[in-house]
Parts: sequence; structure tokens; C-alpha cells
Amino acid sequence: MKYFFQLFFRSVMDVTPLLAVIFFFQFVVIGESFPNTPRMLAGIALVITGLFLFMRGLEMALFPLGESLAYSFAKKGDIKLLLAFAVAIGYTATMAEPALIVVAEKAEKITGGGLQAFTLRNTVAGGVAIGIALGCIRIILGHPIHYYFIGGYVVVMALTSMAPTRIIGLAYDIGGVTTSTVTVPLVTALGVGLASSISGRNPLIDGFGLVAFAAMTPMVTVMIYGIVVM
Amino acid sequence: MAEHGVIIKDMLSVFRDVAPVLLVALFFQFAVLRARLPNARRIAGGFLALVAGLYLFMIGLDIGIFPIGEAMAEKFSHPDHKGWTILFAFCIGYATTMAEPALLAVTQKAEEVSSGGLKSFRLRNAVALGVAVGLSVGVHRISTGAPLWVYIMAGYAVALTLTWFAPREIVPLAYDSGGVTTSTITVPLVAALGLGLAANTPGRDPLVDGFGLIAFASVFPMITVLGYAVSMKTIIMYRKRGDRK
Repeated sequence: MKYFFQLFFRSVMDVTPLLAVIFFFQFVVIGESFPNTPRMLAGIALVITGLFLFMRGLEMALFPLGESLAYSFAKKGDIKLLLAFAVAIGYTATMAEPALIVVAEKAEKITGGGLQAFTLRNTVAGGVAIGIALGCIRIILGHPIHYYFIGGYVVVMALTSMAPTRIIGLAYDIGGVTTSTVTVPLVTALGVGLASSISGRNPLIDGFGLVAFAAMTPMVTVMIYGIVVM
Repeated sequence: MAEHGVIIKDMLSVFRDVAPVLLVALFFQFAVLRARLPNARRIAGGFLALVAGLYLFMIGLDIGIFPIGEAMAEKFSHPDHKGWTILFAFCIGYATTMAEPALLAVTQKAEEVSSGGLKSFRLRNAVALGVAVGLSVGVHRISTGAPLWVYIMAGYAVALTLTWFAPREIVPLAYDSGGVTTSTITVPLVAALGLGLAANTPGRDPLVDGFGLIAFASVFPMITVLGYAVSMKTIIMYRKRGDRK
């Protein structure tokens, strides 16, 4: 019971800075009261309760599921199977991502149909799938992550110099948009689980980094798409 | 009724978020790997809590936080009071990141894996500070109209340089933090600020300059997390040297 209160209190603390900022700017800087206070208070209560439940669910379900998968893959020792999983999860989760749907539709409008929203989403999803698969390979091989990052950085730079100006901002933003609140914990647990079940790998050094891969590769695929189409 | 719209829209978006991930994961677990799930009941209960939590969280944001936050973002997206705009970008970047569920998940895992050596709260503070600084710089860029890629590539260069000096344990985590900072809460508010600012600044194309703010929120956290780790390492090193004398 005490643990529940602690967890709940933590959720309250997590939301406090946001409330402080909104209150400060509304009352002190703008100097107005809120247009609909009861509605806002109800919203805040829901946000806190929701965050609390989410964190419980994370511990009870999402982390154990990701770890269980990682152990099963490691036990089976079939790398192709692991990569198939990485591709499947990266692709499907990204295609369904609500934020990406919005951004892709905006991008289609901007370019006057030069970029197709659906193709763009496929391009991003393909990028994420490649990224997570590449990240899994890195965990298995135990390579330092910054080698991959330097490589990615050089490729992004080279593509930036060739890509149409209008697509650059979009491509840079898209890395941050693709990874959702459900995918991130599962993929993180998968990486850490893999690193802990392969001997000689350190969960901190080798286990983390999958999200970073998933954020980097879509930049590359989107810019390639932009260069090809425009 | 606006309420009904929100309730259905959020249900749909939570479903879209959870269903594909869960389906793929369960398919591989049971059909491909043919492995049993230990504690299946507890996991099922956990998923109910997760989905309900995510759903309540998003409804709460939609009725309580976003209307007021977006109105503010619009108000502060005028180039005439640049000081306030930058302060607002800084504060909102910090505050939304501290409450971002995906970041909470990653830092909690890091604390668990490092057996408490890395503190979730400190990591989140470093990341949130990075988003705050990143958004401030990004707002400044929109007002000056300098090309985006110069800033982003310079940011990556700094992050890579810091990688050289940072302890190895922190590097993957720092890179991850770039990707997790901007999801549920941050993106809608930041997008409103960026697009509004680009629309209100003469000579800016909202379609070209409005995008790109999220990229700042992805690059700068890498720098602050690495910077934090490097400075801690340096402090510890100097202390040890002092002890020996």
C-alpha cells in the first residue's frame, strides 16, 4: 500500500513542473485567470492518474514482455528471427503512429503532393525497421555505439547537401516523432534483455541505444525519398 | 459535443499505439518462439493498467493542458517580444519533458540496470534541460532565419566530441535520450509554437521554418546528458587526486 502512495506521489511530482509553468505564464505573465478552471482541474487529475497507471503497467507488463522476448530470442540463438522481429515491430508501430500520420499529411500539403503521405509513412517505417535491426546487430556484436553514430552523421550530412531545402526540416524532425510511448519501453527492455543474456555484454553499454538507432535511420530514408522524388 | 470528439479520438489513437506493438510481440512470443510467458496474468493486468493509463493521460492532456498550452503558444509566438518567447520555450520544454512517459520509462530502466548508480531523476533533469535549451535556440533560429542544418549539424558535432570524453556507460543512454524526449506532451505544444512563430515572423515560410523545432529538442539533450556525465567524471577525478596528495 505504501508503495502505491509513493508511486502516486511520484506521478504528482512529475506533472508539477508543467503545472507550475502554465500557472506562472497564465497568471503572472499574461495576467488572466483560466477560462475554464473546473475543466482544467479535471484534466490535471486525469493526467496524474493516467501517468500513475501507465507506470504501473510498464513495470507489470511492458518491461517483462520485452525481457521475456529477449531471453527467448537469445535462447533460440537465431539471429534471423531476432532481426525479423526488429523489422516487424519497427515497421508496424511506426505505420500506426498517430503523430506521424499528422506530420505526413502536413508534409503532403506543403509539397503540393510532391511527397505522398502514405509513401512518406512507409519510408519512415522502413527507416525505423532498419534502425532497430541494425541496433540489434550492434548489441550482438558488442560494437561501441558512437562508430555507428559517426557513420550516420556523415551520411546525414552528405544527404543534407543534396536534399531539397523544404524537406530538410521535416527529415530532421521525423526522427523525434517516430518512437511512441509504447514502442520505446518495449524496445528498451528488448535491448537490455538481449545484452544481459549474451555473455560479455554490459546492459548499460550494449543494451541501450536501440531508440537512438530508430531515431537516426528515418532521417536518412526520408532524405533519400525527397532526393529521388523532388 | 467537443468532449465526445476527444474521447473517441483518444481511444482510437491509444488503440493505434498499443495494438500493433502488442500483436507483433505476442505473435513472436507464442507463434514464432513458442515460448510461454511467465506471470501471464500479471502481465495481462499490467497491460490493462497501461492502456487505461495512457488513455486517461491523453484525455487529461486534451481537456486540461493542451487548450491552455496551445493558446499560450499562440500568444507567445510573436516576434515582438522575443525575450518572453524564448523564456516560454525554455520553461515549456523543461516542464513537458519532465512529465514525458517514454523518458520516464527509459530513465527508470537505466536506474534499475545500473542498480541505482544512475538516478532517474537526475537523468531526466539533464534531458529536460537539454530540451529547454534546444527549444530556446530553435526559437532564436526561427527569428533569425539561419539555415536549420547548420545548427543541427553543429549540435551533433558537439555531441560526438563530448562522446570522446564521456564514460562509456552513459553514451548509449545519452543518444537514446534524443529520441525519447519528444512524444506525447511535447510535440503538440512545440509544433504550435514553431508554426505560429514562423507564420507571425515576416519573411519566414511556416512550412519550411515551422518544422525543425523538434529536431532541436532531439539534439540538445544528447549534449546535456553527455556534458553532465563528463563534468561529474571530472569532479570525481579531481577529488581523487586531492585525496592522494
